[in-house]
Amino acid sequence: MLSQNYIALIPLLPIISFLFIGLIGRAYFPKFCGLIGTLSLLISFSLSAILAYQFFFEIGKVNGVYQKIIALKYTWLQFTPNIAIDMGILLDPISVMMIVIVTFISLMVHIYSLGYMHGDHRISTYYTFLSLFTFSMLGLVLSSNIFQIYIFWELVGVSSFLLIGYYYDKPSAVAASKKAFIVTRFADLGFLLGILVLSYYSETLDFQTLIQRLTTNGTYLSGIATASFLGASALTWGLMLVFMGGAGKSAMLPFHIWLPDAMEGPTPVSALIHAATMVVAGVYLVARLFPVFVMCPIALDIVAYVGIISSLFAAIIACTQTDIKRVLAYSTMSQIGFMMFALGVSGYAGEEGTGFMASMFHLFTHAIFKALLFLGAGSVIHYVHSNDMKDMGGLRKMMPITHITFLLACLAIAGIPPFAGFFSKEEILTACFHANKFIFGAAVLTAGLTAFYMFRLYFNIFWNKDFKSHHTHEEHHHGEAPKSMLFPLMILAGLSVIAGFVPFNKFVTADGAGFETEFHLGFAIGPVLLAIAAILLAWKMYAKENSMSDNVSNSIKGLYTSAYRKFYFDEIYLFITQKILFNLIGRPAAWVDKNIFDGLMNLIASITETVSGSIKTYQSGKAQDYAIYFFAGTLGFVLLFIYLWI
Amino acid sequence: MENIGLTHILFVSTTLFFIGVYGFLTRKNMITMLMAIELILNSINMNFVAFNKFLYADKLDGIFFTVFIITIAAAEAAVAIAIIIHLYRNIKSIDVDEADIMKY
Repeated sequence: MLSQNYIALIPLLPIISFLFIGLIGRAYFPKFCGLIGTLSLLISFSLSAILAYQFFFEIGKVNGVYQKIIALKYTWLQFTPNIAIDMGILLDPISVMMIVIVTFISLMVHIYSLGYMHGDHRISTYYTFLSLFTFSMLGLVLSSNIFQIYIFWELVGVSSFLLIGYYYDKPSAVAASKKAFIVTRFADLGFLLGILVLSYYSETLDFQTLIQRLTTNGTYLSGIATASFLGASALTWGLMLVFMGGAGKSAMLPFHIWLPDAMEGPTPVSALIHAATMVVAGVYLVARLFPVFVMCPIALDIVAYVGIISSLFAAIIACTQTDIKRVLAYSTMSQIGFMMFALGVSGYAGEEGTGFMASMFHLFTHAIFKALLFLGAGSVIHYVHSNDMKDMGGLRKMMPITHITFLLACLAIAGIPPFAGFFSKEEILTACFHANKFIFGAAVLTAGLTAFYMFRLYFNIFWNKDFKSHHTHEEHHHGEAPKSMLFPLMILAGLSVIAGFVPFNKFVTADGAGFETEFHLGFAIGPVLLAIAAILLAWKMYAKENSMSDNVSNSIKGLYTSAYRKFYFDEIYLFITQKILFNLIGRPAAWVDKNIFDGLMNLIASITETVSGSIKTYQSGKAQDYAIYFFAGTLGFVLLFIYLWI
Repeated sequence: MENIGLTHILFVSTTLFFIGVYGFLTRKNMITMLMAIELILNSINMNFVAFNKFLYADKLDGIFFTVFIITIAAAEAAVAIAIIIHLYRNIKSIDVDEADIMKY
């Protein structure tokens, strides 16, 4: 049996290091905070690796089906005998897979930051926030209770806010952090309402009970399926609202606007939070409630269409951006779209569940190669001191290791065999092909665009023109990044090559039972050829300095400009908030507040002031005046007494 | 002598009381005000003695109260004079209107 104590240590170590660094370390030994954080996470990662081994190979499987195990349960708030908020640890294939990914990527980022953030005077604060984030994310994936997941959901939102605004002296970073917080918070409102709807009908907050009650025929399921509101059943509404929260965190349309701006944070943070772990929380949430989603085809369809539209949309924008981190941000959004629509087209059991498995598989491989891409970009930014690809070019000679690892990651995300992305993307395309031809077509197109914009990025950074440094001082030409940055790059590059060979269909499936997938060479060859063609096109356009890209962008000027301006989403939001919401709701509300509520209070205050001002002169400080009042008062009482009783 | 009754004594004590009140309210010298308070207390003493004699001749409670009041009046005079001396050290005056800093 599993020893519960060491499982609890996996999320507890980061919170201990958060408290320790934040309360003591920051003040007394700021230099060692990074090492402490990294060390605690190293232990945490080792424990989760052991746990994963035990779960997948020793105790997780009963009769060939992976079980959901409640490893730890502590009743935190008991409202009624049925409804309680528990703090627990739920182990099943996806949560175990997620804790390995989270601790691993977080460990890589911790190590990388030792080099990247070296010399920053707030490095101890940085590691404090990183620890807090890691704790919250682990708590999120291990949650056994829907309310527990909500608490940790908000906690990752806060840590993301803190880390995006880490460079708080930059106005753009402050604005970005606020934007990220407000947009995701707005989406989380839907999540909370969704939780309320689902738990109201199922009369529980516990995941397993909730799923069991809402998927088996009975009073609970018929209750939620028959109750209807605005033409949709309560089940659909609940799931839609939960998905709204997931879409906010995962930057799906129309809540995606915070993600590109979130790149204002330090690059390792972007790698950890805004590429590999936190943004897939939405996918994880849908996967966690997947059995319930299967009961409601409309909700699943919406998940699928939001996913594919976001994916295609982001891929088009990514082709035009010149800030390398923004390209990666849109690429992240696009890949998360892949995971979403893979879930959306999936069925539940056996081979029907290919989409679910593929989505989780893509989540796994994407975390690895996208973290690698971001860390590589961080290494480039560290060298060039700029985010703009116009300032780069020809860097392959200066930074050979970064170049090779970045190339491997690009090949992985483009889906070239035998790199990791090929396998997961192939599974997704297979799942779509059987489920929905329209989504399949859009997905293939997006996959081609992915290859194009990734290699546009790659050629612009490492080839194109020769690198001219803007810095004249000699010390800026420090060559390749320090070892602490290269080490994670190399490990992640190695994994991006081999991660695709993990047999996910045996381990991570919707119903816990493994199934066989067939590999069709004829089916795989099309997308691969498309990706190769896209790479060649990128090579022709960007490998040498030439005017071809300008010609192309001029010939489709309207599309290019609108994609470059991100299809005016920011402007639309600004218009809605500033012109409509502020003028129609904000200003009248402010007027009412200022004039009516404040006016009432001011009236009371001014009455009090006038009255007290007029009577305060009676307090003259002269003892004999007081004596006169005293005698007069006594006399008055005596007269009253005589008048009333005698 | 026998036609001096309770009413006569009460009339004297009331007169004494209001003389004391008048003195307390009008005199500005604190020592004089203290003397006025003594007048008020003594009028009360007279009341106690008179009521004791005319209404409860077999008891001594009224006399006891008189003795207590005389004692307390002595103590009060000591405290009051101490306060007046301190006040004099601070504001160089024993005029009660000068001591008016405790106000709004």
